[in-house]
Amino acid sequence: MSLSAPPELGAPHAAPPRRLPWRTSAAAALARLVAAGSRRLGTGAGGVAGGRFALRLDPRALARLGRARTVVLVTGTNGKTTTTAMLSRVLGVLGEVAVNGDGANLPDGVTAALAARPRVPLAVLEVDEFHVPAVAAAVRPVCLVLLNLTRDQLDRVGEVRAVERALRKAVAELPGTTVVANCDDPLVVSVGLAASSAVWVAAGQTWHADATACARCGEPLRHEGADWSCRCGLTRPEPAWVLEDETAVLGDGVRVPLGLGLPGRANAANAALALATAATLGVPPRLAAERLSTITEVGGRYRRVEVHGRTVRLLLAKNPAGWRETLPMLEPGAPIVLAVNGREADGRDLSWLWDVPFGQLAGRTVVVSGERALDLAVRLTYAEVPHTVRPDPLDAISAAGPGPVELVANYTAFRDVSRRLAGRHG
Amino acid sequence: MTGTAVRIGLVLPDVLGTYGDSGNAAVLRQRLRWRGIDAEVVDVHLGAPVPSGLDVYLLGGGEDEAQALAAAHLRAHPGLQRAAARGAVVFGVCAGLQVLGSSFVVSGGTRHAGLGLLDVSTSPGERRAVGEVVVEWDREPLTGFENHLGVTTLGPGSRPLGRVAAGTGNGDGTDGAVTGHVLATYLHGPVLARNPALADLLLSWVLGTPPGELPVPEVGELRRERLRAARAARWR
Ligand SMILES: [Zn+2]
Repeated sequence: MSLSAPPELGAPHAAPPRRLPWRTSAAAALARLVAAGSRRLGTGAGGVAGGRFALRLDPRALARLGRARTVVLVTGTNGKTTTTAMLSRVLGVLGEVAVNGDGANLPDGVTAALAARPRVPLAVLEVDEFHVPAVAAAVRPVCLVLLNLTRDQLDRVGEVRAVERALRKAVAELPGTTVVANCDDPLVVSVGLAASSAVWVAAGQTWHADATACARCGEPLRHEGADWSCRCGLTRPEPAWVLEDETAVLGDGVRVPLGLGLPGRANAANAALALATAATLGVPPRLAAERLSTITEVGGRYRRVEVHGRTVRLLLAKNPAGWRETLPMLEPGAPIVLAVNGREADGRDLSWLWDVPFGQLAGRTVVVSGERALDLAVRLTYAEVPHTVRPDPLDAISAAGPGPVELVANYTAFRDVSRRLAGRHG
Repeated sequence: MTGTAVRIGLVLPDVLGTYGDSGNAAVLRQRLRWRGIDAEVVDVHLGAPVPSGLDVYLLGGGEDEAQALAAAHLRAHPGLQRAAARGAVVFGVCAGLQVLGSSFVVSGGTRHAGLGLLDVSTSPGERRAVGEVVVEWDREPLTGFENHLGVTTLGPGSRPLGRVAAGTGNGDGTDGAVTGHVLATYLHGPVLARNPALADLLLSWVLGTPPGELPVPEVGELRRERLRAARAARWR
C-alpha cells in the first residue's frame, strides 16, 4: 500500500448503488417494516427478524444489497463492535454509511443493516467470525478488517484454529478484497497471507496462548522481540503501521496521536486498525484520528450511569483475552463488581475463568455477581482475593460500598444490566 | 517426595492449556499451602527437556494438532515416563487422557502413539460430547464439563475412574482411567476446582498420607449448584 499517494477523498468508492431487483427492494422494505414495528412495540430484536424475513423473501438479498456499494467487514474475537463504530464514524467523511451498530453480526443482522439504508454508498459491518465466509462471498467487501483470533465460547463454537482455516479459505477466494490485519497475532497473519493484498498493522497482543503452535504446520513458533517465525516459513510480516502506546506510526515515520475517548490498550489497537483501513479508502490518518477522539462509548460500553446514588462504569469482557485487557483499565481504588453468566450466548463452559489473572484484584473491594457468581467466588477464593457474593448485579453495585463503582460483565450479564439501567445517566 | 516444596509440573501449557487447565495446578498448590505445605508450579515448555524429578505432572486439554505435538515432544523427552515409573503422580484431562494412553486417532484419521502410561486407546466418535458431566465414584460425585470428540476404550491394564451419571465420558458409560498413580478424566479444564475430593486423592498419593480436612465453603456451594444444574439438564 502506498501511503504517500492516497486515493482521492471519496472516490472511487462512493458510487451510489445500482437499481435493485424488485424482489430485493421488496425484501428490504419488509425488513424495514418489521424493524420499525418492533421498535414501536419496544421488543428491540426487530432488525434481526426483519433481516431474516428479507432473506427468506429474497435469498440473494444480502449479495444484492451489499455488492453495489463499498463494504468494509470487521471480524475477530474481540473489538468487532468498537472497531465497527470507529470505522463508521471515520468513513462518514466519505459519505453516508450503513452500519450494524447494534452488534447483530449474523447474516440476518447484516442484511437488516443494509436493508435499513439501501441507497447509501458505504457500509461498515461487523461479522461473526464463523459467518465471514458466507457474508464476504455475498457482499465482496473492499476491505476485511481482521482484529485478532483467540478462544471464545469453546463449548459452543469449537476450535479457534478451525476458524482460522475457514477464514483462510474464504479470503483466498476474494481477489478484490484487501485484508487489514494485526501482524502481532500469528493466527490472523496466517489468514491475511492468503489474501491477494494485505495491510499489516503492528497493534500488539497480550494474549498468546492460542498461537504458540503454528497455524500452518503445528510446529512451535519462535519469538524474538516483536518478531516471530516458524520453520515452515510463516513469519511476522513487515508492518506498514506500528502502534506505539497511543500513537500510530506510519511506515514513513509520520506519527499520528490517537487521543482516544475510549480507555485501554485494546481500544488503541482497534483504533490503529481502523485508521489503516480508512487510509486504504482515502481518509487521511489525522482526519480519521480527529473523528475517533469523539467516541466515548460504544453500545453502552464504557458508559457511566447512576445507580443508588453512585456512578457505575459499565465494562464488557467476553473471554479471557477481553478480561485480560479489561482488568488493567479498572480505576485504582474503586470497588469492583464482576458479573458472569453462562448462557448459550456466553458459552456454558466457564473453565476460561482460570485463564484470567484475577489475582491482580488482591487488596481491592470485590463483589461477584451474575448467574454464575459461584464459579467466580471459587476462582477468587483460590486466588486469595476476598469478595462478597451478590447474584443480582444491581444489588452487587449497592453492596460495593461508597464512591464510583467499576462493573465488568460478560455478554448476557452486560446486556441484562444495560437493559435494566437504560435511560439512566451518569 | 523430594526436597521441601511439592513440585507441581504443568506439562506443556503452551499446547495443552485450552480450557483454563492451569487452574488444576493453582488448586493443588493452594490446597497444599492452606495446609502449611510449601508448593511450587513448574511450567514445562515445548522445546525444553521434561524434568523427571517433579512430584505431580498435570496434562490439560488441547486441539488435535497441539495434542499430536505434545505427544511427540513427551515421547522424545521421556522425563514424565521416568517419573511415573518411580511412582510420581500423573493427572490428565481430556486431550491429556488421550496422550497418556497407548494411541489416539485424530479427526483427520492419523493415528499417533501416546505415552502408554494408561491402557487406553482413543478414536474419533460420531459427534462431539459437550456439556456438564456427573461421574459417580467411591467418593462424592465428580462434577465437570466435557468437550471432546474422542471415544476411549480401556484395556485390562487400566480401570475406569467412575461411572457416568450425566454426560458422555469415555463413551461406554464409564469415565476416565486409572493405573497406579496415573489418573485421567474427560472432565476438562480446572476440574479440581469443583472436585476437592479428587484433588485430595492426588495429594494423598503425593504426600503418602491422606491430607487433613480443608473446608472451602464456596466450593461446596458451587458443587451443589452445578450438580443441581446437571440433574435439571438430564430431565429437560
Ligand atoms: Zn509453521
